[in-house]
Amino acid sequence: MSIFKSLKEGLSKTRQGVLGRISELFTGKKALSASEYGELEELLLLADVGPRAAEKLLGSVKNGDQELTAIERLKREMLAILAANSNCKLQIANFSDKPQVWLIAGVNGSGKTTTIGKLGNMLTANGSKVMLAAADTYRAAAIEQLELWSKKIGAGFVGSAPGADPASVAFDAVSAAMSQKTDVLLIDTAGRLHTQKHLRDELVKVHSTIAKKMPGAPHQTLLVLDATTGQNALSQARLFSEAIPISGIVLTKLDGTAKGGIMLAIAQELKLPVVLAGVGEGVGDLKVFDAEEFVEGVLG
Amino acid sequence: MFDSLTEKFTGLFKDLSGQGKLSEANIKEASARVRRALLEADVNYKVVKDFAAAVEARALGEDVLTSITPGQKFVKIVYDQMVETLGSVNQPLALSPQPPTVIMVCGLQGSGKTTTCAKLAKHLSKPGRRIMLAAADIYRPAAVQQLEILSKQVGCDFFKLDSTDVAQICQEAKQEAVKKLIDVLILDTAGRLHIDTEMMAELERVQKTVKPQEILLVVDGMTGQDAVNIATEFSKALPLSGVIMTKLDGDARGGAALSLKVISGQPIKFIGVGEKLSALEEFHPSRVASRILGMGDVVGLVEKAQNVFDEKQAGKLEEKLRQQSFTLEDFAGQMKQMKKMGSLSDIMKMLPGGMSLPQDAAIDDKALGTIEAIISSMTPQERQKPQILNGSRKRRIALGSGTSVQQVNQLLNQFEMSQRMMKQMMNSKGRGFKMPRGF
Repeated sequence: MSIFKSLKEGLSKTRQGVLGRISELFTGKKALSASEYGELEELLLLADVGPRAAEKLLGSVKNGDQELTAIERLKREMLAILAANSNCKLQIANFSDKPQVWLIAGVNGSGKTTTIGKLGNMLTANGSKVMLAAADTYRAAAIEQLELWSKKIGAGFVGSAPGADPASVAFDAVSAAMSQKTDVLLIDTAGRLHTQKHLRDELVKVHSTIAKKMPGAPHQTLLVLDATTGQNALSQARLFSEAIPISGIVLTKLDGTAKGGIMLAIAQELKLPVVLAGVGEGVGDLKVFDAEEFVEGVLG
Repeated sequence: MFDSLTEKFTGLFKDLSGQGKLSEANIKEASARVRRALLEADVNYKVVKDFAAAVEARALGEDVLTSITPGQKFVKIVYDQMVETLGSVNQPLALSPQPPTVIMVCGLQGSGKTTTCAKLAKHLSKPGRRIMLAAADIYRPAAVQQLEILSKQVGCDFFKLDSTDVAQICQEAKQEAVKKLIDVLILDTAGRLHIDTEMMAELERVQKTVKPQEILLVVDGMTGQDAVNIATEFSKALPLSGVIMTKLDGDARGGAALSLKVISGQPIKFIGVGEKLSALEEFHPSRVASRILGMGDVVGLVEKAQNVFDEKQAGKLEEKLRQQSFTLEDFAGQMKQMKKMGSLSDIMKMLPGGMSLPQDAAIDDKALGTIEAIISSMTPQERQKPQILNGSRKRRIALGSGTSVQQVNQLLNQFEMSQRMMKQMMNSKGRGFKMPRGF
């Protein structure tokens, strides 16, 4: 089964939901009436696209190539927004620079630790030697949770003591990864709301400590966003990327009824690419994200 | 910056107040802007539609058009409608006269159930009352351990059972609670998707077996349009008795609160406002509506202060605030107790206009120590009248506190700003409904 087929299956609930109705209602139509535009707007808003991005999308449906059907124009515009970043694909094997150091950040409950478990599994399956590092020293039992994951997927593990300095945990982890010839080191960080300045500062410190220990690292800095989140995801993406250079977004919990439409606003405003999608609870339910497949899957 | 809902409303009301009279067209325009602002705050599309229609009908029905201050009148209508929609009063937890009261906590993955359970335990703690946390999340790795650690931090009883039958775990927890004379038993269930029929059936089994008095749905305050689906499915499966919204200490506008109330029909009982176990507040609809509308949460601030200060001190502080004689000396004196109230930025957020506190006025909580040092290096006279601080005095203070003149200046600026804000707050006479300035 191609990964996109399963991504599509994971997204099937999304597709059957609001955005699925779009194609149902507008297939084959070139021009839309005012009330149909209203309906289209409602559908986009219900998908968490947000008023601003919805307005822009509708504008392009109105002004786009009139030879195409309205739904094709919409698809094309969504693609254009997402594809603006598609050159930043996440490479998951054959690394030239080793060890790869990937830093994972996000707000509380977005699914960082679970994503690391699944991502570690994906990398191991591609033949990489993986190590997980617990730099979430704040949340109770976060370290244990990651350790259980490392056992489950057969990855190395760098632990820490509760309350330890996350930057020094990251430093030790990079040293260990370098000496143990690890291919990819995944560093888990504590969940933090993007508005807490001292926690953002802490993240900056973790990031610069890694860079000091190994020039060029971290090679990826991934921001984990929950698809259930509404317009606030934009603020999260903005404030996190102001603190550290975010290389890609992992969109989690796409197996629910949430549409993740805010991604379009994020891509539009911040030019951040979505690189991975969480589509289920199983260890294999993390997929490489592809903008084209995504839009195809969503609008079906 | 992302405009906060408060800013949006403030802008809207400023525009309205600039006009002498409201026309029907103006009301339509104002209501359209209310709609957009609410959509950006993640209120569900359908809820927004109904809300805006209700506001419009009310505005047209009342005497807004001829009112002398139509802007104020319109604000009042939006405010009233919002308070009404959110539920007019706070609804406390129903503790059973026959212990144990069983509280079942459920929600999606990552909504904050486990932390909320511990916060609830802490909130309900009082001398002579025994509380037990029971771990019913057998799926997420280390979830049981997490709850065990948290229950130690709270200082309450803890129950776990090595079993794959969640209903059995909960039932035995209840029996254990009866045996141990526990007053309140809190069940932490696993996170699940509302469309996962198998997992939802598990919750139904637990509910039927244990018959909890309270079933609380925990929802992330940053949730978007999906809040409606979540509320619908959970209330279909379970007789919910209330909702807890978490992560409201960020910049999320929490518009989902409005959707949740409308869809589930159940009151929002608490809000989570921080990472500390004490960061759980009772939900006060009027207060949240005020916060949304940019009128500040003065009642909340005073209440928070009262939890920490003793009555006498609180009275003194209130008096000081009222007389606007809050000096640097008081600032230093309260510093240690202020720390107990949570982070300064939390407190600032409760002040009118606090949400849009300019970046350069942001107070780093870690800088509190520096501030204390600077103030201690001042003479009593200087603390009373910071105006007398000239260059040489500032140099002396900087030297004495191991800081720089810039840092001293920075502190003075921040102090001045907070003084100004307190003045503003007191001008609006604290409690009760009052327009923001500029109307």
